[in-house]
Amino acid sequence: MSILIDKHTRVVTQGITGKTGMFHTQTSRAYAGGKDAFVAGVNPKKAGENFEGIPIFGTVKEAKEEAGVNTSVIYVPPPFAAAAIWEAVEADLDLVICITEGIPVRDMIEVRDRMRKQKRRTLLVGPNCPGVITPGEIKIGIMPGHIHKPGRVGVVSRSGTLTYEAVGQLTELGIGQSSAVGIGGDPVNGMKHVDVMRLFNDDPGTDAVIMIGEIGGSDEEDAARWVKANMRKPVVGFIAGVTAPPGKRMGHAGAIISGGKGTAQEKLAVMESCGIKVTRNPAEMGRLLKSVLK
Amino acid sequence: MKIHEYQGKEIFRRFGMPTPRGIPAFSVDEAVAAAKQLGGKAWVVKAQIHAGGRGKGGGVKVAKSLDEVKKLSSQILGMQLKTHQTGPGGQKVRRLLIEEGADIKKELYVGMVVDRGTQKVALMASSEGGMDIEEVAAHAPEKIHKVFIDPVAGLSDKDATDVARKIGLPESAVGEAAEIFRKLYQCFWDTDASLAEINPLILTGGGKVVVLDSKMNFDSNALFRHEDIVALRDMDEEDPLEIEASKYDLNYISLDGRIGCMVNGAGLAMATMDTIKLFGGSPANFLDVGGGATAEKVTAAFKIMLSNPKVKAIMVNIFGGIMKCDTIATGVVAAAREVKLSVPLVVRMKGTNEDLGRKILKDSGLPIISADNMADAAKKVVASLRKKKKTVKKKARPARKKAPARRKKK
Repeated sequence: MSILIDKHTRVVTQGITGKTGMFHTQTSRAYAGGKDAFVAGVNPKKAGENFEGIPIFGTVKEAKEEAGVNTSVIYVPPPFAAAAIWEAVEADLDLVICITEGIPVRDMIEVRDRMRKQKRRTLLVGPNCPGVITPGEIKIGIMPGHIHKPGRVGVVSRSGTLTYEAVGQLTELGIGQSSAVGIGGDPVNGMKHVDVMRLFNDDPGTDAVIMIGEIGGSDEEDAARWVKANMRKPVVGFIAGVTAPPGKRMGHAGAIISGGKGTAQEKLAVMESCGIKVTRNPAEMGRLLKSVLK
Repeated sequence: MKIHEYQGKEIFRRFGMPTPRGIPAFSVDEAVAAAKQLGGKAWVVKAQIHAGGRGKGGGVKVAKSLDEVKKLSSQILGMQLKTHQTGPGGQKVRRLLIEEGADIKKELYVGMVVDRGTQKVALMASSEGGMDIEEVAAHAPEKIHKVFIDPVAGLSDKDATDVARKIGLPESAVGEAAEIFRKLYQCFWDTDASLAEINPLILTGGGKVVVLDSKMNFDSNALFRHEDIVALRDMDEEDPLEIEASKYDLNYISLDGRIGCMVNGAGLAMATMDTIKLFGGSPANFLDVGGGATAEKVTAAFKIMLSNPKVKAIMVNIFGGIMKCDTIATGVVAAAREVKLSVPLVVRMKGTNEDLGRKILKDSGLPIISADNMADAAKKVVASLRKKKKTVKKKARPARKKAPARRKKK
């Protein structure tokens, strides 16, 4: 079992004809059941053509009607990415995964506001994220597939390579993953830690979760409080940025300590007080998770 | 991206917000000329640097005569202004703002930021103007009033008026203040700002509401649609190494430690810094090389790290997912050769073609230390600083007592 995506997911790639879109569609398609999953691309100027046999449609709506897609992955350049998200939401897909990095915050505020006001059911993962993978079934995004192993541990993180690090450690210990979700490093995004945690809690195929956070905002604290009140499975965690100075943006637009808020220490303290085992050594994430497995 | 106060006020004026009249000056002569042009009997000489807390640091002074304008300008121009935001070295003052004096009856605070929780722009206002708002937030949070603004409707008259009342303005000034809040929001939204602060907003003796200060930051992801704002960038206010790094699409931030680190991915880069600290070292920088660590990029990264004289060792931590470890290893070897690397280098690589990558490092003949995981790498790089000598033996040595003493001298 898994969350968000599995072998039945059918994907349309928005931005399939760009360099990044092409490359990652190839690698995603080559992973597990990817051949059956990646069934459509979108580019209004190239409708009717195909990318290595994947038909290209003019709109997401057409891709849904013609190819039966329920999920979209977005590699569209930043100035147009928010509009691409909205197009997929308007087409009423189940899930939109936006990989694009560098979308203006104002564009994200607008698209998120519209999603809320119109009570859209479409889930958004990202932007500025590595994507989602259900090992052994389907990979949607830019993560390296081969480091994963099918299993029963969930991973949720704001950062890409740090997610790979956690997954790599688990796999090395022989522990597989149910799904790994990168929610992205932007200040205004779609699903947050707590939303992903809810899904893992309800997933019979997940036994435990690694939650990886970083400085900035209070998403990790919100998730920790939710875990304390609702979670029936063990959660372990790590927060990156203990050494980050205030006021400096550490790569991700969202990774900044401002007004004395969003420090790693504060997050770690709240997580611990909510019963989440944390480590300050990122090389120990896998072993820490192992220690809480029954 | 940050801008100066005088630039922020120019933008504010464009949106119809009332500010004192002021003229920027780059020299003492210009400052005096500016004061003459403004006329009046009192002027404020304000240091223009990107950091806050300028007043406390001695960068804002009132002059009562043109002679005093001259005297104060020559004192402030060129000084190393130290504030709680500049770091211990301070920031050199290269620009001044000469402004007409204001008759301050009451000081208020107004700020705008993007609130991540509600995913809206938040207006924050407080009766405690002129102070460090972080302190107010910590000690008297009830004095900060917030409104989350609907992105379609904008800031409503009612909300703006409510906030103006709550911060203790007399009824006669509430309308003016509310209008300023609404204009500030329009300004924030239209310019893709990430922060807009007026500290203080003042009530004058005559009952007028005036914007006495301006602080604006902008969303760097949105600069592509704001050429006019990009033109306001002042490179003198930025770390030259950070500017150099941005040319190579490297994300670099200088820190105070001695261990340079080069990592792919922002989260992993932070985690690497944390690991170095955990094992007793201190990171000299944050450096994310991003997705494509080519030999050219790695070389640039090495040069940038090494131009910081404090760097005494380097740790490379790469999780090669899409990017292959042998490619990275080739890049690291080429870079180490080109910069004639003389400090210890510890490399941890994980992912595709890991073994091949290690072989390339080993066969290079360079004294590169390989590590199995990030903790191992951090331990080794910290140890390399203690050893100092060339004998890079792996055996644990008990006789290392002298080393810490020597380290202290640094």
